[in-house]
Amino acid sequence: MSRSASRRLLIVACTAIYVFLMLPLVVVFPISFSSALYMQFPPPGFSLQWYERYLDDPQWIDATVRSLYIGAATAVLALALGVPLAFALARGRFAGRLIVDRIALAPLVVPTIILSVGLYGLFAKLKLIGEWYGLVAAHTVLALPFVVLVTVAGLRDFDRALEQAAEGLGASRRQTLLRVTLPLLRPSLVSAGLLAFISSFDELVVALFLAGPNMTLPKKMFDNIMMEIDPTIAAVSVMQILLVSIVLVLIGRFGRGLRGSVR
Amino acid sequence: MRRGLLPALPALVLLFCFFLFPVVRMLGFSLEGGTLDWYAKALGEGLYVEVFWNTFEIAVFVTAICLLLGYPLGFLIATTTPAWATLGFIFVMLPLWTSVLVRTYAWMVLLGRNGVFNRWLIDIGLISDPLPLLNNFAGVLIGMVHVLLPYMVLPIYGAVRRLDPALVTAAQGLGASNWRIFWRVYLPLTLPGIFAGATIVFVLSLGFFITPALLGGGKVMMLAVLIEQQIHQTLNWPFAAALSAVLLALTLGVYSLAQLFTRQEARP
Repeated sequence: MSRSASRRLLIVACTAIYVFLMLPLVVVFPISFSSALYMQFPPPGFSLQWYERYLDDPQWIDATVRSLYIGAATAVLALALGVPLAFALARGRFAGRLIVDRIALAPLVVPTIILSVGLYGLFAKLKLIGEWYGLVAAHTVLALPFVVLVTVAGLRDFDRALEQAAEGLGASRRQTLLRVTLPLLRPSLVSAGLLAFISSFDELVVALFLAGPNMTLPKKMFDNIMMEIDPTIAAVSVMQILLVSIVLVLIGRFGRGLRGSVR
Repeated sequence: MRRGLLPALPALVLLFCFFLFPVVRMLGFSLEGGTLDWYAKALGEGLYVEVFWNTFEIAVFVTAICLLLGYPLGFLIATTTPAWATLGFIFVMLPLWTSVLVRTYAWMVLLGRNGVFNRWLIDIGLISDPLPLLNNFAGVLIGMVHVLLPYMVLPIYGAVRRLDPALVTAAQGLGASNWRIFWRVYLPLTLPGIFAGATIVFVLSLGFFITPALLGGGKVMMLAVLIEQQIHQTLNWPFAAALSAVLLALTLGVYSLAQLFTRQEARP
Protein backbone atom coordinates (compact mmCIF):
# COMPACT_ATOMS: atom_id res chain seq x y z
CA MET A 1 0.00 0.00 0.00
CA SER A 2 1.34 3.43 -0.84
CA ARG A 3 1.76 6.04 1.83
CA SER A 4 -1.16 8.19 0.77
CA ALA A 5 -3.45 5.18 0.41
CA SER A 6 -2.86 3.98 3.97
CA ARG A 7 -3.28 7.54 5.19
CA ARG A 8 -6.65 7.70 3.41
CA LEU A 9 -7.66 4.42 5.02
CA LEU A 10 -6.79 5.87 8.43
CA ILE A 11 -8.88 8.98 7.74
CA VAL A 12 -11.87 6.91 6.62
CA ALA A 13 -11.65 4.75 9.76
CA CYS A 14 -11.37 7.80 12.00
CA THR A 15 -14.33 9.48 10.30
CA ALA A 16 -16.42 6.43 11.16
CA ILE A 17 -15.19 6.58 14.79
CA TYR A 18 -16.07 10.28 14.94
CA VAL A 19 -19.57 9.50 13.67
CA PHE A 20 -19.87 7.00 16.53
CA LEU A 21 -18.65 9.63 19.03
CA MET A 22 -20.89 12.45 17.81
CA LEU A 23 -24.05 10.53 16.83
CA PRO A 24 -25.59 10.48 20.34
CA LEU A 25 -24.95 14.21 20.72
CA VAL A 26 -26.50 15.03 17.35
CA VAL A 27 -29.57 12.80 17.58
CA VAL A 28 -31.12 14.65 20.54
CA PHE A 29 -31.41 17.89 18.53
CA PRO A 30 -34.17 16.80 16.09
CA ILE A 31 -36.02 14.90 18.82
CA SER A 32 -36.09 17.96 21.09
CA PHE A 33 -37.92 19.95 18.36
CA SER A 34 -40.41 17.16 17.64
CA SER A 35 -44.11 17.90 17.34
CA ALA A 36 -45.02 14.28 18.17
CA LEU A 37 -46.41 13.50 21.62
CA TYR A 38 -44.08 10.56 22.16
CA MET A 39 -40.63 9.55 20.98
CA GLN A 40 -40.74 9.36 17.21
CA PHE A 41 -37.92 9.48 14.68
CA PRO A 42 -37.71 11.21 12.33
CA PRO A 43 -39.99 13.80 13.95
CA PRO A 44 -43.19 14.49 12.00
CA GLY A 45 -42.95 18.26 12.46
CA PHE A 46 -41.36 21.16 14.27
CA SER A 47 -42.45 22.49 17.64
CA LEU A 48 -41.02 24.02 20.78
CA GLN A 49 -43.41 22.15 23.08
CA TRP A 50 -40.69 20.22 24.96
CA TYR A 51 -38.76 23.39 25.71
CA GLU A 52 -41.98 25.01 26.92
CA ARG A 53 -42.73 22.00 29.07
CA TYR A 54 -39.25 22.25 30.61
CA LEU A 55 -39.60 25.97 31.29
CA ASP A 56 -43.12 25.59 32.71
CA ASP A 57 -42.20 22.80 35.11
CA PRO A 58 -40.94 24.22 38.43
CA GLN A 59 -39.32 20.85 39.23
CA TRP A 60 -37.03 21.05 36.21
CA ILE A 61 -36.20 24.71 36.87
CA ASP A 62 -35.55 24.02 40.56
CA ALA A 63 -33.23 21.15 39.72
CA THR A 64 -31.37 23.26 37.14
CA VAL A 65 -30.88 26.18 39.51
CA ARG A 66 -29.72 23.86 42.29
CA SER A 67 -27.19 22.16 40.01
CA LEU A 68 -25.92 25.55 38.84
CA TYR A 69 -25.17 26.85 42.32
CA ILE A 70 -23.80 23.55 43.58
CA GLY A 71 -21.50 23.53 40.53
CA ALA A 72 -20.40 27.11 41.14
CA ALA A 73 -19.73 26.49 44.84
CA THR A 74 -17.82 23.32 43.97
CA ALA A 75 -15.65 25.22 41.48
CA VAL A 76 -14.82 27.91 44.05
CA LEU A 77 -14.06 25.43 46.85
CA ALA A 78 -12.08 23.09 44.58
CA LEU A 79 -9.92 26.02 43.41
CA ALA A 80 -9.46 27.38 46.94
CA LEU A 81 -8.26 24.00 48.21
CA GLY A 82 -6.80 22.47 45.06
CA VAL A 83 -4.50 25.28 43.93
CA PRO A 84 -2.55 25.45 47.24
CA LEU A 85 -2.41 21.65 47.18
CA ALA A 86 -0.98 21.78 43.66
CA PHE A 87 1.65 24.31 44.81
CA ALA A 88 2.63 21.99 47.67
CA LEU A 89 2.91 19.04 45.29
CA ALA A 90 4.80 20.91 42.57
CA ARG A 91 7.18 22.91 44.77
CA GLY A 92 7.11 21.51 48.30
CA ARG A 93 9.91 19.40 49.72
CA PHE A 94 8.44 17.35 52.53
CA ALA A 95 8.43 13.75 53.60
CA GLY A 96 5.40 11.88 52.33
CA ARG A 97 4.93 14.00 49.21
CA LEU A 98 4.25 10.88 47.18
CA ILE A 99 1.54 9.80 49.62
CA VAL A 100 -0.13 13.23 49.44
CA ASP A 101 0.02 13.00 45.64
CA ARG A 102 -1.65 9.55 45.71
CA ILE A 103 -4.38 10.73 48.10
CA ALA A 104 -5.08 13.82 46.01
CA LEU A 105 -5.59 11.76 42.84
CA ALA A 106 -7.31 8.81 44.54
CA PRO A 107 -10.89 10.09 43.93
CA LEU A 108 -10.18 9.60 40.22
CA VAL A 109 -9.41 5.90 40.69
CA VAL A 110 -11.65 4.82 43.58
CA PRO A 111 -15.07 3.91 42.09
CA THR A 112 -17.57 6.70 42.72
CA ILE A 113 -20.13 4.17 43.93
CA ILE A 114 -17.86 3.37 46.90
CA LEU A 115 -17.44 7.04 47.82
CA SER A 116 -21.20 7.52 47.45
CA VAL A 117 -22.15 4.63 49.72
CA GLY A 118 -19.57 5.72 52.32
CA LEU A 119 -20.83 9.30 52.34
CA TYR A 120 -24.44 8.12 52.37
CA GLY A 121 -23.84 6.23 55.59
CA LEU A 122 -22.02 9.14 57.21
CA PHE A 123 -24.45 11.84 56.02
CA ALA A 124 -27.47 9.84 57.14
CA LYS A 125 -25.99 9.82 60.62
CA LEU A 126 -25.17 13.55 60.51
CA LYS A 127 -28.58 14.41 58.94
CA LEU A 128 -26.85 15.96 55.93
CA ILE A 129 -28.86 14.11 53.25
CA GLY A 130 -30.55 16.63 50.98
CA GLU A 131 -28.38 19.54 52.11
CA TRP A 132 -26.78 21.36 49.21
CA TYR A 133 -23.48 21.97 51.04
CA GLY A 134 -23.11 18.24 51.67
CA LEU A 135 -23.20 17.68 47.92
CA VAL A 136 -20.71 20.54 47.43
CA ALA A 137 -18.25 18.84 49.80
CA ALA A 138 -18.64 15.51 47.99
CA HIS A 139 -18.38 17.08 44.53
CA THR A 140 -15.27 18.99 45.63
CA VAL A 141 -13.60 15.69 46.54
CA LEU A 142 -14.32 14.49 42.97
CA ALA A 143 -13.22 17.78 41.35
CA LEU A 144 -9.92 18.14 43.27
CA PRO A 145 -7.92 15.75 41.03
CA PHE A 146 -8.84 17.81 37.94
CA VAL A 147 -7.76 21.05 39.61
CA VAL A 148 -4.52 19.48 40.86
CA LEU A 149 -3.62 17.91 37.49
CA VAL A 150 -4.25 21.09 35.49
CA THR A 151 -2.53 23.41 37.99
CA VAL A 152 0.52 21.15 38.47
CA ALA A 153 0.88 21.00 34.67
CA GLY A 154 0.73 24.82 34.60
CA LEU A 155 3.35 25.10 37.35
CA ARG A 156 5.65 22.67 35.58
CA ASP A 157 5.84 24.96 32.52
CA PHE A 158 6.23 28.01 34.75
CA ASP A 159 9.36 30.14 34.36
CA ARG A 160 10.52 30.69 37.91
CA ALA A 161 13.06 33.30 36.79
CA LEU A 162 10.12 35.73 36.61
CA GLU A 163 9.42 35.24 40.32
CA GLN A 164 13.09 35.62 41.16
CA ALA A 165 13.19 38.83 39.12
CA ALA A 166 10.21 40.22 41.06
CA GLU A 167 11.81 39.35 44.36
CA GLY A 168 15.14 40.78 43.21
CA LEU A 169 13.34 44.04 42.45
CA GLY A 170 12.12 44.15 46.05
CA ALA A 171 8.66 42.61 45.85
CA SER A 172 7.44 40.81 48.97
CA ARG A 173 6.47 37.13 48.68
CA ARG A 174 2.81 38.13 48.86
CA GLN A 175 3.23 40.72 46.11
CA THR A 176 5.08 38.21 43.95
CA LEU A 177 2.31 35.67 44.40
CA LEU A 178 -0.53 38.10 43.66
CA ARG A 179 1.12 40.20 40.93
CA VAL A 180 3.33 37.67 39.14
CA THR A 181 2.64 34.01 39.91
CA LEU A 182 -1.15 33.87 39.91
CA PRO A 183 -1.68 36.15 36.86
CA LEU A 184 0.76 34.03 34.86
CA LEU A 185 -1.05 30.92 36.02
CA ARG A 186 -4.48 32.29 35.10
CA PRO A 187 -5.09 30.12 32.02
CA SER A 188 -4.59 26.97 34.10
CA LEU A 189 -6.84 28.31 36.85
CA VAL A 190 -9.62 29.16 34.37
CA SER A 191 -9.49 25.64 32.91
CA ALA A 192 -9.39 24.04 36.35
CA GLY A 193 -12.37 26.04 37.62
CA LEU A 194 -14.50 25.35 34.55
CA LEU A 195 -13.69 21.63 34.60
CA ALA A 196 -14.60 21.49 38.31
CA PHE A 197 -17.90 23.22 37.56
CA ILE A 198 -18.82 20.85 34.72
CA SER A 199 -17.79 17.75 36.67
CA SER A 200 -20.20 18.75 39.46
CA PHE A 201 -22.96 19.90 37.10
CA ASP A 202 -22.97 16.47 35.37
CA GLU A 203 -22.46 14.33 38.45
CA LEU A 204 -25.11 11.67 39.05
CA VAL A 205 -23.90 8.81 41.23
CA VAL A 206 -23.15 10.82 44.39
CA ALA A 207 -26.31 12.89 43.88
CA LEU A 208 -28.36 9.70 43.59
CA PHE A 209 -27.40 8.89 47.18
CA LEU A 210 -27.02 12.30 48.82
CA ALA A 211 -29.52 14.61 47.12
CA GLY A 212 -32.54 13.18 48.95
CA PRO A 213 -35.77 14.87 47.87
CA ASN A 214 -33.87 17.91 46.58
CA MET A 215 -33.25 17.05 42.95
CA THR A 216 -30.15 18.03 41.06
CA LEU A 217 -30.50 18.21 37.28
CA PRO A 218 -28.78 14.83 36.61
CA LYS A 219 -30.93 13.12 39.28
CA LYS A 220 -34.09 14.60 37.80
CA MET A 221 -32.97 13.39 34.36
CA PHE A 222 -32.22 9.91 35.74
CA ASP A 223 -35.67 9.62 37.33
CA ASN A 224 -37.24 10.89 34.13
CA ILE A 225 -35.43 8.27 32.02
CA MET A 226 -36.37 5.50 34.46
CA MET A 227 -40.06 6.40 34.55
CA GLU A 228 -41.19 7.86 31.24
CA ILE A 229 -38.99 8.77 28.35
CA ASP A 230 -40.69 11.86 26.96
CA PRO A 231 -38.79 14.26 24.72
CA THR A 232 -38.51 16.85 27.50
CA ILE A 233 -35.28 15.11 28.35
CA ALA A 234 -34.08 15.64 24.76
CA ALA A 235 -34.66 19.39 25.21
CA VAL A 236 -32.72 19.31 28.48
CA SER A 237 -29.95 17.34 26.74
CA VAL A 238 -29.68 19.94 23.98
CA MET A 239 -29.27 22.70 26.56
CA GLN A 240 -26.69 20.63 28.43
CA ILE A 241 -24.67 20.02 25.24
CA LEU A 242 -24.79 23.75 24.44
CA LEU A 243 -23.58 24.60 27.96
CA VAL A 244 -20.63 22.19 27.63
CA SER A 245 -19.81 23.68 24.21
CA ILE A 246 -19.76 27.18 25.72
CA VAL A 247 -17.49 26.00 28.54
CA LEU A 248 -15.11 24.34 26.08
CA VAL A 249 -15.04 27.53 23.98
CA LEU A 250 -14.25 29.52 27.14
CA ILE A 251 -11.45 27.10 28.01
CA GLY A 252 -10.08 27.36 24.48
CA ARG A 253 -10.25 31.14 24.54
CA PHE A 254 -9.20 32.03 28.10
CA GLY A 255 -7.90 28.79 29.57
CA ARG A 256 -4.85 26.65 29.19
CA GLY A 257 -5.21 24.73 25.93
CA LEU A 258 -6.84 21.37 26.48
CA ARG A 259 -3.98 19.67 24.71
CA GLY A 260 -1.56 21.23 27.17
CA SER A 261 -3.04 19.30 30.06
CA VAL A 262 -2.48 15.90 28.47
CA ARG A 263 0.35 14.28 30.30
CA MET B 1 11.94 18.40 56.01
CA ARG B 2 8.55 20.03 56.01
CA ARG B 3 8.88 22.88 53.54
CA GLY B 4 5.63 23.61 51.76
CA LEU B 5 3.31 21.05 53.35
CA LEU B 6 1.17 23.77 54.95
CA PRO B 7 -0.75 24.86 51.79
CA ALA B 8 -1.81 21.24 51.25
CA LEU B 9 -3.43 20.94 54.66
CA PRO B 10 -6.95 22.35 53.99
CA ALA B 11 -7.39 20.05 51.01
CA LEU B 12 -6.09 17.09 53.00
CA VAL B 13 -8.56 17.84 55.81
CA LEU B 14 -11.42 17.81 53.28
CA LEU B 15 -10.18 14.58 51.71
CA PHE B 16 -9.91 12.99 55.12
CA CYS B 17 -13.38 14.04 56.32
CA PHE B 18 -15.32 13.43 53.09
CA PHE B 19 -13.32 10.69 51.41
CA LEU B 20 -10.96 8.55 53.48
CA PHE B 21 -12.94 8.47 56.72
CA PRO B 22 -16.43 7.71 55.29
CA VAL B 23 -15.04 5.05 52.92
CA VAL B 24 -13.01 3.28 55.63
CA ARG B 25 -15.93 3.54 58.06
CA MET B 26 -18.30 1.99 55.53
CA LEU B 27 -15.87 -0.80 54.63
CA GLY B 28 -15.69 -1.60 58.35
CA PHE B 29 -19.37 -2.62 58.30
CA SER B 30 -18.37 -5.68 56.28
CA LEU B 31 -16.69 -7.16 59.36
CA GLU B 32 -19.82 -6.84 61.48
CA GLY B 33 -19.90 -9.47 64.17
CA GLY B 34 -16.20 -10.14 63.70
CA THR B 35 -16.70 -12.72 60.96
CA LEU B 36 -15.84 -12.91 57.29
CA ASP B 37 -19.26 -14.34 56.43
CA TRP B 38 -20.20 -11.48 54.12
CA TYR B 39 -17.01 -11.94 52.14
CA ALA B 40 -17.70 -15.66 51.92
CA LYS B 41 -21.14 -14.83 50.52
CA ALA B 42 -19.74 -12.33 48.00
CA LEU B 43 -17.01 -14.62 46.75
CA GLY B 44 -18.72 -17.97 47.25
CA GLU B 45 -22.33 -17.84 46.09
CA GLY B 46 -22.77 -18.57 42.41
CA LEU B 47 -25.10 -15.65 41.79
CA TYR B 48 -22.54 -13.13 43.00
CA VAL B 49 -19.51 -14.86 41.50
CA GLU B 50 -21.31 -14.44 38.20
CA VAL B 51 -21.59 -10.69 38.79
CA PHE B 52 -17.83 -10.49 39.40
CA TRP B 53 -17.19 -12.50 36.28
CA ASN B 54 -19.63 -10.32 34.25
CA THR B 55 -17.96 -7.15 35.45
CA PHE B 56 -14.51 -8.47 34.58
CA GLU B 57 -15.64 -9.69 31.17
CA ILE B 58 -17.26 -6.36 30.29
CA ALA B 59 -14.18 -4.44 31.46
CA VAL B 60 -11.93 -6.58 29.25
CA PHE B 61 -14.18 -6.16 26.20
CA VAL B 62 -14.57 -2.41 26.72
CA THR B 63 -10.81 -1.96 27.11
CA ALA B 64 -10.06 -3.98 23.96
CA ILE B 65 -12.63 -2.11 21.84
CA CYS B 66 -11.48 1.27 23.18
CA LEU B 67 -7.90 0.40 22.23
CA LEU B 68 -8.96 -0.69 18.75
CA LEU B 69 -10.87 2.58 18.15
CA GLY B 70 -8.68 4.87 20.25
CA TYR B 71 -5.32 4.13 18.67
CA PRO B 72 -6.19 5.26 15.12
CA LEU B 73 -7.92 8.34 16.52
CA GLY B 74 -5.07 9.38 18.82
CA PHE B 75 -2.59 8.60 16.07
CA LEU B 76 -4.42 10.71 13.47
CA ILE B 77 -4.83 13.73 15.77
CA ALA B 78 -1.15 13.56 16.74
CA THR B 79 0.14 13.38 13.16
CA THR B 80 -2.18 15.77 11.29
CA THR B 81 -1.85 19.54 10.76
CA PRO B 82 -2.45 21.79 13.82
CA ALA B 83 -5.76 23.10 12.45
CA TRP B 84 -7.19 19.60 11.90
CA ALA B 85 -5.77 18.48 15.25
CA THR B 86 -7.68 21.26 17.04
CA LEU B 87 -10.89 20.20 15.30
CA GLY B 88 -10.19 16.55 16.04
CA PHE B 89 -9.63 17.42 19.67
CA ILE B 90 -12.87 19.36 19.98
CA PHE B 91 -14.86 16.35 18.77
CA VAL B 92 -13.19 14.14 21.39
CA MET B 93 -13.57 16.63 24.25
CA LEU B 94 -17.20 17.52 23.48
CA PRO B 95 -18.52 13.99 24.08
CA LEU B 96 -16.10 13.55 27.02
CA TRP B 97 -17.60 16.49 28.89
CA THR B 98 -21.20 15.94 27.84
CA SER B 99 -23.18 14.39 30.67
CA VAL B 100 -23.06 10.60 30.71
CA LEU B 101 -26.84 10.72 31.24
CA VAL B 102 -27.43 12.70 28.06
CA ARG B 103 -25.37 10.21 26.09
CA THR B 104 -27.00 7.20 27.71
CA TYR B 105 -30.44 8.61 26.92
CA ALA B 106 -29.35 9.20 23.32
CA TRP B 107 -28.22 5.57 23.01
CA MET B 108 -31.62 4.43 24.28
CA VAL B 109 -33.22 6.48 21.52
CA LEU B 110 -30.81 5.10 18.93
CA LEU B 111 -30.75 1.43 19.96
CA GLY B 112 -34.26 0.78 21.27
CA ARG B 113 -36.72 -1.69 19.68
CA ASN B 114 -38.43 1.22 17.93
CA GLY B 115 -35.22 3.20 17.91
CA VAL B 116 -33.52 5.01 15.07
CA PHE B 117 -31.27 2.11 14.04
CA ASN B 118 -33.92 -0.57 13.99
CA ARG B 119 -36.38 1.66 12.06
CA TRP B 120 -33.73 2.45 9.52
CA LEU B 121 -32.60 -1.17 9.09
CA ILE B 122 -36.22 -2.27 8.63
CA ASP B 123 -36.95 0.58 6.20
CA ILE B 124 -34.07 -0.34 3.92
CA GLY B 125 -35.20 -3.96 4.13
CA LEU B 126 -32.10 -5.40 5.74
CA ILE B 127 -34.02 -6.98 8.63
CA SER B 128 -37.69 -7.70 9.27
CA ASP B 129 -37.67 -7.90 13.06
CA PRO B 130 -35.94 -5.32 15.28
CA LEU B 131 -32.52 -6.38 16.57
CA PRO B 132 -32.14 -6.59 20.35
CA LEU B 133 -29.58 -3.83 20.92
CA LEU B 134 -30.77 -2.55 24.28
CA ASN B 135 -31.08 -4.11 27.74
CA ASN B 136 -28.33 -6.59 26.96
CA PHE B 137 -24.57 -7.08 26.81
CA ALA B 138 -24.23 -5.32 23.43
CA GLY B 139 -26.06 -2.21 24.62
CA VAL B 140 -23.92 -1.90 27.73
CA LEU B 141 -20.73 -2.37 25.67
CA ILE B 142 -21.71 0.31 23.13
CA GLY B 143 -22.62 2.81 25.84
CA MET B 144 -19.50 2.18 27.91
CA VAL B 145 -17.11 2.32 24.97
CA HIS B 146 -18.63 5.66 24.03
CA VAL B 147 -18.08 7.05 27.53
CA LEU B 148 -14.55 5.70 27.98
CA LEU B 149 -13.06 6.09 24.49
CA PRO B 150 -11.70 9.63 25.13
CA TYR B 151 -9.72 8.31 28.14
CA MET B 152 -7.91 6.00 25.70
CA VAL B 153 -7.41 8.60 22.96
CA LEU B 154 -5.71 11.23 25.15
CA PRO B 155 -2.72 9.20 26.47
CA ILE B 156 -2.17 7.60 23.05
CA TYR B 157 -2.18 11.04 21.46
CA GLY B 158 0.41 12.14 24.04
CA ALA B 159 2.62 9.10 23.36
CA VAL B 160 2.57 9.58 19.58
CA ARG B 161 3.38 13.29 20.02
CA ARG B 162 6.39 12.52 22.21
CA LEU B 163 7.81 10.17 19.59
CA ASP B 164 10.76 11.65 17.71
CA PRO B 165 9.64 12.05 14.06
CA ALA B 166 13.27 11.60 12.98
CA LEU B 167 12.92 7.89 13.86
CA VAL B 168 10.07 7.54 11.38
CA THR B 169 11.97 9.46 8.71
CA ALA B 170 14.97 7.22 9.30
CA ALA B 171 12.85 4.07 8.96
CA GLN B 172 11.29 5.42 5.76
CA GLY B 173 14.73 6.31 4.41
CA LEU B 174 15.89 2.76 5.08
CA GLY B 175 12.98 1.50 2.98
CA ALA B 176 10.65 0.17 5.65
CA SER B 177 7.03 -0.34 4.59
CA ASN B 178 4.16 1.39 6.42
CA TRP B 179 3.21 -1.74 8.31
CA ARG B 180 6.79 -2.33 9.31
CA ILE B 181 7.13 1.27 10.58
CA PHE B 182 3.94 0.84 12.56
CA TRP B 183 4.92 -2.51 14.12
CA ARG B 184 8.60 -1.75 14.71
CA VAL B 185 8.64 1.99 15.50
CA TYR B 186 5.25 3.40 16.47
CA LEU B 187 3.83 0.47 18.41
CA PRO B 188 6.82 -0.25 20.70
CA LEU B 189 7.50 3.42 21.36
CA THR B 190 3.88 4.31 22.14
CA LEU B 191 3.40 1.28 24.38
CA PRO B 192 3.49 3.39 27.58
CA GLY B 193 0.58 5.49 26.22
CA ILE B 194 -1.38 2.38 25.27
CA PHE B 195 -0.73 0.97 28.71
CA ALA B 196 -1.78 4.15 30.52
CA GLY B 197 -5.00 4.37 28.47
CA ALA B 198 -5.85 0.68 28.88
CA THR B 199 -5.28 0.89 32.65
CA ILE B 200 -7.54 3.89 33.19
CA VAL B 201 -10.28 2.49 30.93
CA PHE B 202 -10.16 -0.92 32.62
CA VAL B 203 -10.17 0.53 36.13
CA LEU B 204 -13.05 2.92 35.35
CA SER B 205 -15.01 0.06 33.73
CA LEU B 206 -14.81 -2.06 36.88
CA GLY B 207 -16.72 0.53 38.93
CA PHE B 208 -19.11 1.73 36.24
CA PHE B 209 -22.67 2.45 37.29
CA ILE B 210 -24.82 4.74 35.13
CA THR B 211 -24.49 3.01 31.76
CA PRO B 212 -25.05 -0.59 32.94
CA ALA B 213 -27.90 0.59 35.18
CA LEU B 214 -29.74 2.25 32.29
CA LEU B 215 -28.67 0.33 29.16
CA GLY B 216 -28.52 -3.07 30.87
CA GLY B 217 -32.20 -2.89 31.76
CA GLY B 218 -31.64 -5.02 34.88
CA LYS B 219 -30.41 -7.92 32.74
CA VAL B 220 -26.69 -7.09 32.76
CA MET B 221 -25.53 -7.00 36.35
CA MET B 222 -22.27 -5.28 37.18
CA LEU B 223 -20.68 -4.84 40.60
CA ALA B 224 -21.55 -1.16 41.06
CA VAL B 225 -25.19 -1.82 40.18
CA LEU B 226 -25.30 -4.72 42.64
CA ILE B 227 -23.85 -2.51 45.40
CA GLU B 228 -26.43 0.20 44.73
CA GLN B 229 -29.23 -2.38 44.91
CA GLN B 230 -27.94 -3.72 48.22
CA ILE B 231 -28.15 -0.21 49.68
CA HIS B 232 -31.34 1.17 48.12
CA GLN B 233 -33.47 -1.97 47.85
CA THR B 234 -32.23 -4.64 50.24
CA LEU B 235 -30.74 -2.25 52.83
CA ASN B 236 -28.03 -4.84 53.41
CA TRP B 237 -25.14 -2.61 54.52
CA PRO B 238 -22.65 -5.29 55.61
CA PHE B 239 -22.97 -7.12 52.29
CA ALA B 240 -22.73 -3.88 50.28
CA ALA B 241 -19.61 -3.04 52.30
CA ALA B 242 -18.04 -6.43 51.59
CA LEU B 243 -18.77 -6.06 47.86
CA SER B 244 -17.31 -2.55 47.96
CA ALA B 245 -14.17 -3.81 49.69
CA VAL B 246 -13.64 -6.44 47.00
CA LEU B 247 -14.30 -3.92 44.21
CA LEU B 248 -11.86 -1.47 45.81
CA ALA B 249 -9.20 -4.16 46.23
CA LEU B 250 -9.59 -5.18 42.57
CA THR B 251 -9.41 -1.56 41.38
CA LEU B 252 -6.40 -0.59 43.47
CA GLY B 253 -4.72 -3.92 42.69
CA VAL B 254 -4.98 -3.44 38.93
CA TYR B 255 -3.95 0.20 39.25
CA SER B 256 -0.88 -0.49 41.42
CA LEU B 257 0.25 -3.36 39.20
CA ALA B 258 0.02 -1.07 36.18
CA GLN B 259 1.97 1.66 37.99
CA LEU B 260 4.69 -0.81 38.88
CA PHE B 261 4.91 -1.99 35.29
CA THR B 262 4.98 1.57 33.91
CA ARG B 263 7.79 2.60 36.21
CA GLN B 264 9.90 -0.37 35.14
CA GLU B 265 9.10 0.47 31.56
CA ALA B 266 10.31 4.04 32.02
CA ARG B 267 13.68 2.94 33.36
CA PRO B 268 16.44 3.06 30.76
